[in-house]
Amino acid sequence: MAQTLFAKIWDAHRIAETAGGAHLIAIDRVFLHERTGAAALRRMAETGRTVLDPARVFAVMDHIVDTRPGRGDGTLMPGGEGFITETRAAARAAGITLFDVNDRDQGIIHVISPEQGIVLPGLTLVAPDSHTCTQGAFGALAWGIGSSEAEHAMVTGTLRMERPRTMRVTFTGQLAPGVTAKDMALALIATHGAGGGAGHAVEFAGEAVTALDMEGRLTLANMATEFSTMTGIIAPDAKTFAYLAGRPYAPEAFDDPYWATLRSDADASFDREIVIDAAAIAPMVSWGTSPEHTIPVTATVPHGPERAHTYIGLPAGAPLAGTPIDAAFIGSCTNSRISDLRRAAALLKGRRIAPTIRKALVVPGSLAVKRQAEAEGLDKVFEAAGFEWRMSGCSLCFYAGGEGFAEGSRVISSTNRNFEGRQGPGIRTHIASPETVAASALAGVIADPRLLAREEASA
Amino acid sequence: MKPVSTITSPGVPLLRDNIDTDTIIPSREMKTTGRTGLAEGLFAPWRYTDAAARVRDPAFVLNQRDAIGTRLLLAGANFGCGSSREHAVWALAEFGIEAIIAPSFAPIFKGNCIRNGLLPIELPEAVVRALVWQMVRIDLPTQTVSAGDDSWSFAIDPEAKAMLAEGLDAIDLTLKQKPAILAWLAADRKLRPWAYRETAT
Repeated sequence: MAQTLFAKIWDAHRIAETAGGAHLIAIDRVFLHERTGAAALRRMAETGRTVLDPARVFAVMDHIVDTRPGRGDGTLMPGGEGFITETRAAARAAGITLFDVNDRDQGIIHVISPEQGIVLPGLTLVAPDSHTCTQGAFGALAWGIGSSEAEHAMVTGTLRMERPRTMRVTFTGQLAPGVTAKDMALALIATHGAGGGAGHAVEFAGEAVTALDMEGRLTLANMATEFSTMTGIIAPDAKTFAYLAGRPYAPEAFDDPYWATLRSDADASFDREIVIDAAAIAPMVSWGTSPEHTIPVTATVPHGPERAHTYIGLPAGAPLAGTPIDAAFIGSCTNSRISDLRRAAALLKGRRIAPTIRKALVVPGSLAVKRQAEAEGLDKVFEAAGFEWRMSGCSLCFYAGGEGFAEGSRVISSTNRNFEGRQGPGIRTHIASPETVAASALAGVIADPRLLAREEASA
Repeated sequence: MKPVSTITSPGVPLLRDNIDTDTIIPSREMKTTGRTGLAEGLFAPWRYTDAAARVRDPAFVLNQRDAIGTRLLLAGANFGCGSSREHAVWALAEFGIEAIIAPSFAPIFKGNCIRNGLLPIELPEAVVRALVWQMVRIDLPTQTVSAGDDSWSFAIDPEAKAMLAEGLDAIDLTLKQKPAILAWLAADRKLRPWAYRETAT
């Protein structure tokens, strides 16, 4: 019988059916971070349980580590150092692989796991982090869980799971110049709602998806959780295997015929299908306080929940482009990879951000991305333009009580969430692609990056 | 984990869609790696006019007299979206919430509820609205919610129901199947040797 990619991986990992009709699913990789992983490791130690297979459990410091140069265990977040030192001690005691604060390969989970070849096509991978779905871009079944389930996965090598329904989101045609994977994700959520994928595991497919490079695919899959799905998965292809070849934790060769089976069969059926014309997508920017409150940068603010208009300070009918901004952020597991930094730097090169911008940060997703960017001179481009150049980490994707933006600031951000207070009390966040962040930082107002690119082409 | 059976409580309304876990418990309120001491930070951005000084906002529903001691929250669609932080559920439970009724929940949040003895009930928006400030009785064994003369049944995954009703620890439950797990791993190691590593580094 024809099968979806999701079904192939799920069924290959099904150990048993439980009495209640749920499935016991084998988990190949568990990844922890210091913010929520510490709680799982602590409970495990308290109950005297141990990790079933420590060689397949990994931990990293990414969420609350300081990103200022010269960092150590100290962080500006109140009590933050305790999370770091406790996670380090617990990870060592549990015998799992740890990417510590200043290890050469430290970075955000969903950046370093592909970089190191820890995620592989056909694996199941979980982490107590909602953006674990990012790694579905490699044809793995990867999803976010809570700390209790992380403990369950470490101790038993399994999770007890209800089988989700399947959905395919097909992006037909090709993206227009200046439009990116981030805009694809935002267009999907804007059209079908932040809860639109509930109960489903999504496969992203279509010409515009296969045309993306691996980093673009990671960006697209990253936002699956903002669509409320269990995960987002993309069938692996030659690009996927080429990316992984030679990575430290990847197999030496992908020559097992198994790898070629990892795709939905041509006549496989999905419980739900959504088709989106990729060619019609424009650069997208959020106007409100949910990722679904997103419109093309050229559009005017629609009627939304009153509270969202009040919080963000933009009435229905107001044009989004031209809205003055106070700060800019490039980083996060959505958009902090080398290709993201290259595209933003291409627009910033030889220019200065507007004098009204009070804080502009670029935070590479990993120390490897940072080294690569520095080898290409991108750090100098960002600094000359007026951005601060940082160590890697999650940084101001969220506010943990330490470093922040000035209260009430309006921030253009390459992150994934624009919730009330997400980046700090009263902070108004507009999520967008790195090029839209760069163009807006230069203009001092929310701006369409295509205009800048055109200016460049005609110069 | 305390078993769940029946819950009687006023239906306290928080009827916005897409209430995220950053709002339920902001990152800055997660001050320890433990699971307790979180109730004070619950809904901090809405509950306090000055969160640092803990100055309560009398307009916020949980600060109103009729909500004191509530065990039930009524919420909008996609409740618990955003970060996977289980601290959101720990904070709600420590505050005294035992059930949440909403048109839908974010999947990770829903899983976290089940693991912590907090009952997530999905009912249509019109029903949720009908329960606002009513004295609501929830009966898990019969899967019904009632208020006044009205009653509605709700669906729940049998596994989740059993775990909540019996207060079962999922890890203990799974460890009973350890022989099956180990047998599966031994067979799988031959099929997919590349999925395994010998030692941690």
